[in-house]
Amino acid sequence: MAATNRTGIVPYLQAAPLALVFLLFLVVPLAFIVVVSFWTYDNYQIQPAFTVQNYADVFDRCIARLPTLCTTFRTYVSTLGFALRVWVLTLLIGFAIAYFLAFEVRSKAIQSVLFLICTIPFWTSNVIRMISWIPLLGREGLVNRTLMGLGVVDQPVEWLLYSGFSVTLTFVHLFTFFMVVPIYNSMLRIDRSLIEAARDAGASGWQILWNVVVPLSKTGIAIGSIFVLTIVMGDFVTVGLMGGQQIASVGKTIQTEISYLQFPIAAANAVVLLATVLLIVFALLRVVDIRKEL
Amino acid sequence: MTDSTSRTGLDRRAFLKTGAALAAGAAVTTKVTGFPFVSGARAQEAKTLRYLGTAVNQSTEIAAKVKEDLGITIEYVPVTTDEVTKRIITQPNTFDIVDTEYFSLKKFVPTGNLMGMDAKRIKEFDNITTVFTKGEIDGKAIGGQGTAPWKVLYLAGNKSKEFSATPTEWISLIPTTYNADTLGIRPDLIGRPIDSWAELLNPEFKGRASILNIPSIGIMDAAMAIEASGKYKYPDKGNMTRDEIDLTIDALIEAKDAGQFRALWSDFNESVNLMASGETVIQSMWSPAVTAVRAKGIDCRFQPLKEGYRAWASGFALPATLEGPKLDAAYDFVNWFLSGWAGAFLNRQGYYAAVLPTAQANMQPYEWAYWMEGKPATQDILSPQGQVIAKTGDVRDGGSFAERMGAVACWNAVMDEDAYMVRKWNEFVAA
Repeated sequence: MAATNRTGIVPYLQAAPLALVFLLFLVVPLAFIVVVSFWTYDNYQIQPAFTVQNYADVFDRCIARLPTLCTTFRTYVSTLGFALRVWVLTLLIGFAIAYFLAFEVRSKAIQSVLFLICTIPFWTSNVIRMISWIPLLGREGLVNRTLMGLGVVDQPVEWLLYSGFSVTLTFVHLFTFFMVVPIYNSMLRIDRSLIEAARDAGASGWQILWNVVVPLSKTGIAIGSIFVLTIVMGDFVTVGLMGGQQIASVGKTIQTEISYLQFPIAAANAVVLLATVLLIVFALLRVVDIRKEL
Repeated sequence: MTDSTSRTGLDRRAFLKTGAALAAGAAVTTKVTGFPFVSGARAQEAKTLRYLGTAVNQSTEIAAKVKEDLGITIEYVPVTTDEVTKRIITQPNTFDIVDTEYFSLKKFVPTGNLMGMDAKRIKEFDNITTVFTKGEIDGKAIGGQGTAPWKVLYLAGNKSKEFSATPTEWISLIPTTYNADTLGIRPDLIGRPIDSWAELLNPEFKGRASILNIPSIGIMDAAMAIEASGKYKYPDKGNMTRDEIDLTIDALIEAKDAGQFRALWSDFNESVNLMASGETVIQSMWSPAVTAVRAKGIDCRFQPLKEGYRAWASGFALPATLEGPKLDAAYDFVNWFLSGWAGAFLNRQGYYAAVLPTAQANMQPYEWAYWMEGKPATQDILSPQGQVIAKTGDVRDGGSFAERMGAVACWNAVMDEDAYMVRKWNEFVAA
């Protein structure tokens, strides 16, 4: 293999710039967050110390109150619930779109045009795409007006806005494209002769999809999943705006603590969140070996 | 325990001094604080003040007028309320003057990053309304629960980290504006009189109420509502015990589970949209937000309630490191601010000016009568930008200055159990 021929210092030097950037802007800040999470704080300052009090506060009465969930567990259940729902929906929709673009559209030019059309919503800001749902879903919104006009309901439907539904809808709307891109990318690299071979061997459409296309798109699916899951786990803007600030999210908890200058407990929360997300990512990588398949 | 922080404080000071010396020495120089600019002499540098505060108080009109009257350029640094506090604590060398709220003082006075301002150098100091100096209006005491300004107005010394219970020459914040907050309502959608904070938690408004998601203020609005409903009488709503925090949050969670709140809001525009779209009909609100809903032609009222108002107040402070011509310029600016033009400008927005006689001198008698005396407008009332905000015959919600500020029940506050309160508030949001 080629790799064995590359010895000496050169490959390390080549990797050094990126490694340095990561060290400075990722590893060092992260290490600092971990350190601060063991410090103490009062109204106006944080002090170096080594205390696990912040973690004790994060998990305050979490064991004692079981089976009733404590705030932290409830927040995580809510956030993980969104992550799961959004992941399933974006995966299904994203996979379908990518499949259509890669296999149903024959012409390369049309493929590119359609792909570009998918990016149009990204020309405006995240927040704008989010709040544009509000006039549609509100009590006096377009959907409710239409439903009432058609006589389907007499009272405005309340759960359309400021609910788990509106949060999920917005997440799916915002992040499906993050699923489409990597899956589309892996699908384009599937050797078409493999599909022909499968068909010649007598496989049905579903069998080809399940036994050929899905396994060969696994890297794309894994990368898209990592994108979607990590964004949803850390989000607080969408949950706040579309959930009417009444739905808890881990990100929002951290944000509130930071705005009250309680950096150590915010850091402790961040460390717990980071550990949770890393666990999810490791689990995904156990299923798909991204490096092997790339 | 404070070792490390005070040490960095000294370093910072030394660092700034070196920076200032460099600036004085060189004819053309780049300032060390990270804002590159070219300046001929130190005197010219003094003519620019970096003004840290929330965007709400930073009007272009005021900056233009200061430039015209004093030749001082005001460079606004607009950030959120919480960010102002954070900056004072973590980056006190990034501004020359700060406009912040009295309740935050408890958080940053102990850092020593701000200096007490010399009352002797403030020309109108003796004319500052007694709301700040004594906690009275026309000799009548005002409600003092929470961080009332007169409790934190005086410092023990120029660079002191402690408050003084008795009047001193050193002032923590020179007052600029203040107001009394209450609930905003949609009278057209409610269709009956509202006169108590208890209505915020009244099941009649299930799914159509909102409370603000800024823990320290939201919990006080909740406490006003709980006390009004007769459930509990707080000794001090601005400084609750853990048990009182538990009781308040439990009541909020109960209301939330019953579907009382349509949403919670955390910024000005959210509150305007909720009210204007009819998603909510009763909610915690701020005065300019009510004006903004009205400007859309929608009936909205800043409803006076029998239990009184929750008040807030803000003022100017200077970083402890400010010195020389820049310090003089800052004093000039503060003196200008109290000399009337700015006061009138603030009064016309529905806030109150700290020095009333000078503001009155800069307003038309009919404006003064409407805004301050609670009399019906004898002609259309215009905002500083020239929009009609009240028609002839209209009366200001809540009436005169003495009626509104006299009915204050509590002030925005930082509690001793701040950290616990925030944790419980997160529990409410998560419920």
